[in-house]
Amino acid sequence: MKDAMPELVAEAGQQIPDAVSHSPLAIRGMTVSYGEEPAIFSIDLTAEPGAMTAIIGPNGAGKSTLLKAALGIVRPLSGAAMVFGKPLSKQRAHIAYMPQRASVDWDFPTTVIDVALMGLSRELGLLRPVRARHKARALACLDRVGMAEFADRQIGQLSGGQQQRVFLARALAQDAELYLLDEPFAGVDAATERAIIDVLKQLRAEGKTVVAVHHDLSTVSEYFENVFLINRRRIAEGPVGTAFTAENLQEAYGGRLAAGQIEQLVLGRA
Amino acid sequence: MIGAEFVALSLPPLLIGTFAAIACALPGNFLVLRRQALIGDAISHVVLPGIVVAFLVTGRIGTWPMMLGAAGAALISVALIELIRRLGRVDAGAAMGVTFTAMFAGGVLLLEQSDTSSVHLDVQHALYGNLESLIWLEAAGWKSLLDPVALAALPPELTRIAITLVAVIAFIRLLWRPLKISTFDEGFARAQGIPATLLGLALVVTAAAAAVAAFDAVGSIIVIAMFICPPAAARLMTQRLEAQIWWSVAFATLSAVLGYVLAGYGPLWLGGQNSVSAAGMIATVSGMILAAAALFAPHRKAS
Repeated sequence: MKDAMPELVAEAGQQIPDAVSHSPLAIRGMTVSYGEEPAIFSIDLTAEPGAMTAIIGPNGAGKSTLLKAALGIVRPLSGAAMVFGKPLSKQRAHIAYMPQRASVDWDFPTTVIDVALMGLSRELGLLRPVRARHKARALACLDRVGMAEFADRQIGQLSGGQQQRVFLARALAQDAELYLLDEPFAGVDAATERAIIDVLKQLRAEGKTVVAVHHDLSTVSEYFENVFLINRRRIAEGPVGTAFTAENLQEAYGGRLAAGQIEQLVLGRA
Repeated sequence: MIGAEFVALSLPPLLIGTFAAIACALPGNFLVLRRQALIGDAISHVVLPGIVVAFLVTGRIGTWPMMLGAAGAALISVALIELIRRLGRVDAGAAMGVTFTAMFAGGVLLLEQSDTSSVHLDVQHALYGNLESLIWLEAAGWKSLLDPVALAALPPELTRIAITLVAVIAFIRLLWRPLKISTFDEGFARAQGIPATLLGLALVVTAAAAAVAAFDAVGSIIVIAMFICPPAAARLMTQRLEAQIWWSVAFATLSAVLGYVLAGYGPLWLGGQNSVSAAGMIATVSGMILAAAALFAPHRKAS
């Protein structure tokens, strides 16, 4: 580990050496820039094992970028992500990813079960044929999100919420230890939101770690135990009780949230 | 028509036209789905100066000089596009448009200035190819297909496009899964460790190889049409990528065969005197298939 990540160890070494090696996801010094302005700047994040963490922040705060950088989808200017103490490239089999629904073209000529089977692609490799047991696993994952009966539908014929569930089923098919989800509740109906949160809670009960970009502040304290507040820089990180505070929200969202709103959010917390 | 004369005069151009159409249509399926269909257009334009330069350097039209020349031209145009985009502060589409027309124009000028009379390479050829002239004089009927001496005299374009087609099929078959996943959801593909950038590049290189091999025989009009029309029509026939690929192969074959026959005999049936350009007719037929699919196919968009 020291060879692979000298700067990470040097930075984190003094306070929390164990945090990096034991955390399902430890991001250190991550900076990403699309143009001249950095989209995220020197981000440190340490996910708690077996817990659900919400990444929250205003639009354009770099929430999705942080996930993408952690997954190596975008190339950071600096910094690195360690997954269970090892570099990302060696741990891909342990990570499941659910991108934003709007990031793909749902007109693509493919079926629901085909999308779920994409979650098995590391296992299937280039040429191994799809066998009955692979299909059974994909179907079981679709069943967990209530989409098994739509297996042969073309994906464009589904509602937004159903598409979101298919994406979650594909992540489930990856059978990982760490789930990185980008806005899993964005634009979904109430039934889908219920179905998704139930699955995420099951994952947590199985000891999996979930890190999700989340946009709905009113459900943060109900769904997640940890929060990570970001606005290009890290604002705060920790349990909802200590990090999801009026001051931190004010700092992350600036003038975009009225003081009354913030008070309501923080007071409404269970 | 089905006799010795057919084998000598019509079979080679039919096969070359069909192979070229399929070799372009196969990668075209992915290009169309990735909204990169115009890359096929760009490729067929930018490779012209490369092919001309390769001819000027080597003095002949061979497979490798052509491919290398085309690859060189493609690299130069990629660099040019980046340069124009950055220095000119214009968007990528405009930079590409400028680059590929300029490269093609440069190729045309080069062609006019150089002595290519010894080989079949001129501006007209670049556009329409020379499908009708790719005949097999040594053939004495169907049995020539088993005669090694006669086979050795097959037009070199046929061998070239056949090998290219096999390579294109191998590429798509071998990398089917990553190609499909990264075409549908590039972010997810990358998160799984699929080198999506490299794969996208490999797809473009494959398309370029098909374009260059086809270009020599059938010209750029067919190349552009075959990258887009059969895959776009095929998309309207089915909701599954696997089936779409087969439909595109069927449409490419139909365009090539029907286009060739119509070009040769159509005008005579209508009382005309001369046949028309096979390349032009093949491209026209593919466009008509797309039009018919857009009007009647089962999976048109509702909107």
